[in-house]
Amino acid sequence: MPVFPLKAFQQVSSANPWTYLVFGLIGFAFGFVLESSGFGNSRKLAAQFYFKDLTVLKVMFGAIVTAMVLLFTASGMGILDFNQVWVNPTYLWSGILGGLIMGIGFIIGGFCPGTSVVATATGKLDGLFFLLGGFFGAFLFGETEKYFDQWWNTSGYYGRLLLPEVFGLPTGVVVMLIVLMALFMFWGAEQLERIFGQRDLSREPKMRMVGALFLLVFAALTIVLGQPSLEEKYARIAPQKEPLLQSREVYVSPAEVFHTIHKQYIRLVLLDVRPEVQYNLYHIRGAENVPLEQIPAYIRKLLAYPPSNTVYVVISNDEKLSTQAWKMLVAGGVPNVYILEGGLNNWLAVFGKDDPQIKALSVSTSAEEELRYLFPAALGDRYQSAAPSPMKYEELEYEEKIKLELKRDKSGGGCG
Amino acid sequence: MASISKVRKTREAKPYIHPYLGGFLLGLVLFLAFLLTGNGLGASGAMSRLTVFVEDQIAPQHVDRTPYLLKMAGGDKNPLDDWIVPIFFGALLGGAVSGWLNGRLKIEINKGPRISNRTRLLLAFLGGMIMVYGARMARGCTSGQALSGGATLAAGSWALMFAIFGGAYALAYFVRKLWN
Repeated sequence: MPVFPLKAFQQVSSANPWTYLVFGLIGFAFGFVLESSGFGNSRKLAAQFYFKDLTVLKVMFGAIVTAMVLLFTASGMGILDFNQVWVNPTYLWSGILGGLIMGIGFIIGGFCPGTSVVATATGKLDGLFFLLGGFFGAFLFGETEKYFDQWWNTSGYYGRLLLPEVFGLPTGVVVMLIVLMALFMFWGAEQLERIFGQRDLSREPKMRMVGALFLLVFAALTIVLGQPSLEEKYARIAPQKEPLLQSREVYVSPAEVFHTIHKQYIRLVLLDVRPEVQYNLYHIRGAENVPLEQIPAYIRKLLAYPPSNTVYVVISNDEKLSTQAWKMLVAGGVPNVYILEGGLNNWLAVFGKDDPQIKALSVSTSAEEELRYLFPAALGDRYQSAAPSPMKYEELEYEEKIKLELKRDKSGGGCG
Repeated sequence: MASISKVRKTREAKPYIHPYLGGFLLGLVLFLAFLLTGNGLGASGAMSRLTVFVEDQIAPQHVDRTPYLLKMAGGDKNPLDDWIVPIFFGALLGGAVSGWLNGRLKIEINKGPRISNRTRLLLAFLGGMIMVYGARMARGCTSGQALSGGATLAAGSWALMFAIFGGAYALAYFVRKLWN
């Protein structure tokens, strides 16, 4: 079972004040390293853009590639569950426009927000003025966002989109390409410093070659290890999750599903994981059709913005397909996932008795994961039993198994 | 008094660490942040939250009526109750300690030789304003997007990172007098 990221640290709140300390320490290390690298000095930062001193590029890309190879190695080894890691959702157009504006602010002001913090901390008055300007900029954005709210929230939105998906390449290969690109940029940066900054490259430490080798070795490791598939991820968490299946804790009765549909405080998502043809023949009203092979893509969509107060119930004709889907969703880190007990066959056994259009077949004639009912036409959810009357079945009793486990609100991630 | 200035003179500012070492250490911090908490690093988000906190003290109704602000501070919500706020104050302290240990704790203004202090401070304020406006537009700054999103291979963060460098390089030539 991947231990990291630690659950206890995923949510800072006044309820557990000690988590402030953990983030405070991370911030301390962040500020310490920024200052030590010279990021408190605006002249050093601005020199980046005149090719004299490319410290900014070296530190930034050095940090990105170091963290990247470690992250994906840890994920490949199964120490870290990458699905629990916050990935900035892609809002392409507001991101690019914001980036261009930031670039302008950078060259005029000489800092970026993080570096102005350490500049202020070391008594640089220009850093302090940048920081104050920053507060004013944040204020202005808060006041003007309403004029382009719609655009800002939707334009170029792709959710949790990762580069490997964009390029259609395995994660390890993208990691390696980025490491190679960074090493090429470092080489180019040194050449530029030699030409524009009259830097003597022979005095550069030889250790940097060791660092480059370290990056390449780790990048190669991420290719070899690969990233765990949902099946592999499930295998790792199986010791914790199999008992839930064995004790049948996660199998909820048709009666409970029916009652939960009408509960105000839970958003119930019915996931029908059968092939589309079967879904079109008959499904519970409101069920979403997500065939088994589309589940990985569906998980990615959920990760981008996990809906709150949501409970998922997976549905198939019996329990075989739905249990498979449950394993995938659980391995993908989706919370509050349950399985319809006995599948649609059981649902129809409870609610189909009075449905005049449906005829039960004899049990012996059908195989597993086949509906044991005869339907006159592919009416989908336009059968009486697809949306049982709340009046009629209000008294239906059941054992309550669904528990809404609240997860952290990920909308606070990234830069807040 | 004389003795104090003497002590100050002997405490020369130590050189910065090598950029690659800095990059490696920063990457290590970033990795540990992700490993332990699932979150990366950030700065501009805290600036936004601190601003909203002040706004909420002065005009709570206005905050409740502005869509962007109410998400952070609407109703009973405390905008400071977020992981990025302790990161911000931690960074402030960490920067100060590093500066103090290395003899770089000094009140000064860093600027190009051709401009006055007043111009520099004015432009710093202006630059900060533009930068953080852009950072909020992009949902994160160089730390929260470029570093954190870059390391997790977020597609949008990479596009944004090139936009930052693009914007700065495009304008650099025209403002060269500020820095050279």
